[in-house]
Amino acid sequence: MATLRLKQVAKRFDDTDVIRGIDLEVNDREFVVFVGPSGCGKSTLLRIIAGLENATSGDIVIDGERINEVGPADRGLAMVFQSYALYPHMTVEDNMGFSLRLARVPREERRAKVLEAARVLQLEPLLDRKPKALSGGQRQRVAIGRAIVRNPSIFLFDEPLSNLDAALRVQMRIELARLHEELDATMIYVTHDQIEAMTMADKIVVLQGGVVEQVGSPMELYHHPRNRFVAGFIGSPKMNFLPVEARGVTTRGVEVTLPGGGVSEVAVNGAGSRTGEALELGIRPEHLLLDEQGPLAGRIEVIERLGGQTSLYVRMDDGIVTLTADGDVAHAVHDRVRFGFEPGRAHLFDGQGQALESLQRHPLSELGRRDSRADPEAGA
Amino acid sequence: MRTRASGRTVGGLRSLSLQAPAVTLLLIWMLIPLGMTLWFSFQRYNLMMPGMEQFAGLENYEYLLTDPALWRAMGTTLLLVGSVLAISVIGGTLLAVLYQQEFLGRGVARVLAISPFFIMPTVSALVWQNMMMHPVNGVLAWLMGLFGLPPVDWFSSFPLLSIIIIVSWQWLPFALLILLTALQSLDDDQVEAARMDGAGPVAVFFFITLPHLKRAISVVIMIQMIFLLTIFAEIHVTTSGGPGLATTNLAYLIYLRALLEFDVGGASAGGVIAIVLANIVAIFLIRMVAKNLED
Amino acid sequence: MNTSRLQRFGLAVLAWSITCVIFFPILWMFLTGFKTEAQAIADPTLFFTPTLESYVAVQGRADYFRFAWNSVHVSFGSTLLALIIGIPAAYSMAFLPTRRTKGTLLWMLSTKMLPPVGVLVPIYLIFRDLGMLDTRIGLTVIYTLMNLPIVIWMLYTFFKDLPKDILEAGRMDGASTSQEIFFLLIPLTLPGIASTGLLSIILSWNEAFWSLNLTSSRAAPLTAYIASFSSPEGLFWAKLSAASTMAVAPILIFGWLTQKQMVRGLTFGAVK
Repeated sequence: MATLRLKQVAKRFDDTDVIRGIDLEVNDREFVVFVGPSGCGKSTLLRIIAGLENATSGDIVIDGERINEVGPADRGLAMVFQSYALYPHMTVEDNMGFSLRLARVPREERRAKVLEAARVLQLEPLLDRKPKALSGGQRQRVAIGRAIVRNPSIFLFDEPLSNLDAALRVQMRIELARLHEELDATMIYVTHDQIEAMTMADKIVVLQGGVVEQVGSPMELYHHPRNRFVAGFIGSPKMNFLPVEARGVTTRGVEVTLPGGGVSEVAVNGAGSRTGEALELGIRPEHLLLDEQGPLAGRIEVIERLGGQTSLYVRMDDGIVTLTADGDVAHAVHDRVRFGFEPGRAHLFDGQGQALESLQRHPLSELGRRDSRADPEAGA
Repeated sequence: MRTRASGRTVGGLRSLSLQAPAVTLLLIWMLIPLGMTLWFSFQRYNLMMPGMEQFAGLENYEYLLTDPALWRAMGTTLLLVGSVLAISVIGGTLLAVLYQQEFLGRGVARVLAISPFFIMPTVSALVWQNMMMHPVNGVLAWLMGLFGLPPVDWFSSFPLLSIIIIVSWQWLPFALLILLTALQSLDDDQVEAARMDGAGPVAVFFFITLPHLKRAISVVIMIQMIFLLTIFAEIHVTTSGGPGLATTNLAYLIYLRALLEFDVGGASAGGVIAIVLANIVAIFLIRMVAKNLED
Repeated sequence: MNTSRLQRFGLAVLAWSITCVIFFPILWMFLTGFKTEAQAIADPTLFFTPTLESYVAVQGRADYFRFAWNSVHVSFGSTLLALIIGIPAAYSMAFLPTRRTKGTLLWMLSTKMLPPVGVLVPIYLIFRDLGMLDTRIGLTVIYTLMNLPIVIWMLYTFFKDLPKDILEAGRMDGASTSQEIFFLLIPLTLPGIASTGLLSIILSWNEAFWSLNLTSSRAAPLTAYIASFSSPEGLFWAKLSAASTMAVAPILIFGWLTQKQMVRGLTFGAVK
């Protein structure tokens, strides 16, 4: 059992606010990912939880107990560092057993625990090696092993995959997901890579400028981003944004004038918007459809063919729009194309970048990666 | 458990307690003697006349500042520091480039060339004074004799130059050591690219090598300055500041006052002036170091 | 091809000539120590029958080993002390920096720029009153303080190179500050600590201001031993050379063996 609760946690370095009052709940056995661009405060937040930094104000509560003043080793957490931070002068076995040695655990017991962790991570043949003699992926596993040996209530990961090459990253991602399943532990994971966040998280916390922009399941963030920042950050290729003007509000949504004069309807709640208001239309590349009768038009500037799908970069009057089309699409560079979108797939953002609420919740948006943990109240 | 742990997160306090011994010692080391020096400098205080100490006001300073010896010694100090710096930095840079080239036995040659830096100042002074620069039996006199030149009595004809030669001999290898190491990090691609752009060896030196060495050179200047400003042993062992005041730098002048004339008051006033001067230099140096700290 | 080979040859000749000129005084000192006094002042020659008579005579005049022991005692003792005081300070500056850290570092360096002669009188008087004149302890204390700023600076630059993560991982694993220093920091920065120590030893070994002014006989190190040859035995070159060779040899060999490690520390990490 391990739940974590942050109450109004803030951090100030000299004169800059790095974290500005964050409230957050992490439920037992949840896989939570902090994601955001570099400098958003995600690593600092993790280090505050770890006890490596002090919060300037606010409470950190683990299992109901405030632990602000508790030293990092006594919080029952383990951390996997971006650089792995293996002790270069110790063997893999000594690396993994260091915390137990400091805690004066008898040698036999120590060895047993290290061997158990090594088995889980398939590190047995490497126990006598020094970190220098390991590959990147192996070092990564040793770092995780060092965390497992401590049997922590919460695992903390600080961008653990960013030093690995692309193929290995995919493999480790799967391994981490498996590990989460097997250890059944609470995990907090920091990354700047939204794909890692989408693939592994039960719950994603999007941070920017020291503030939580949105918390939710991956599908919720994808289908119902609360604002323009989250919309642009989650999803790849990035969401397209087009300037539009509100024409009128109906029960089915908001009618907008598109660039180029076309008119379209977006299925969002327009209660707060006035006719003539300047809005922004957000539409993901995979939701733009080539359509001879479509309301949007432009000239293809670049085509990227990936085989199964094709990315079209289409020049419109005010900018380039990305469009993900079928792999067999026959268009060539310089072709003029027309395209459109389904009203339910588009998003509208007001002048402050806040999303207008969708009229229909996406059916998958309440689901975590694992169905059993879908209910956010389950652990509380 | 928790109490021990609680201190662990409080960085400032822990940081302070770890630094405390070093900071306290250095503070004592600096403040007490400094305070005493300052105090003595306002006293009439001679070790030969115990019990006669009395407040002298600015008398010591007045006496010192109107003494032409002080200004002479300052000039000597600057000349000594400036010449040695110029010789060691320019010579060291050129030699570093030379020793960077491939040649037979390069490793051995490098080690031999930096050796003088490890020689204690008293030894190098004595060896140079007696065996190299001796007007009758010295190696230099013998060499000049081979070319039919009259021997030179180095220490009476060119006393300051002799000291400069000795000190440079000690510090040029130091500059060489540092600059050579700095050169090794110079990217070969950069030199080759310059060559492709049509730069000759001289242009490469001025446009690629020298800028690359800038930082190392500033470090050399800084470290040498610290040691050169307070040169003592080389003068003490060879000329004792003479003939006359020809080789008396500020450090040596104060030494003469203090330990030979037993004039504690006057020596202390000199010490204060030396400290003030050193601080003027220090401000300039510290700025340089602070810049190095930045990146 | 030919010109380049010729150039190469010329280069080697030039480099070696300069090397010989620079190294010559040391070589000459070494050789002269094995000469008789008559040979020493004769016209320079590289060919002579070596004799140990000067070494025997020098040892007869003053006990080399007592001075040498003083040098070893004082330079190693002060270095050890400076490291013991300096390591925790440098650790906290490198890994627990506060707003004041940089200022403290610069201030420490600035104490190094105070001319020793400026504080000679008070130190002399304090030492006289404490009975520390001409004691090894006294000189050790002075050298410790003298080298402390440089030691801290060098250690600081070496420690800065150690990824902070490793110590933080240690902290997460439950290491106390002293365990962090002993189990992680010291083993991982041993080369840097060693080179700092080496430089401190060399500086102390060669220091001549305090040793000449604060010691006379009992605690006098080799610098004072050599200074005593400046007159009138300075005229006896063979003996002077023998004594100098003995004074210099340990630290010279030491320097040769360790020059590579030393450079990085000397330059405060500015030269990579």
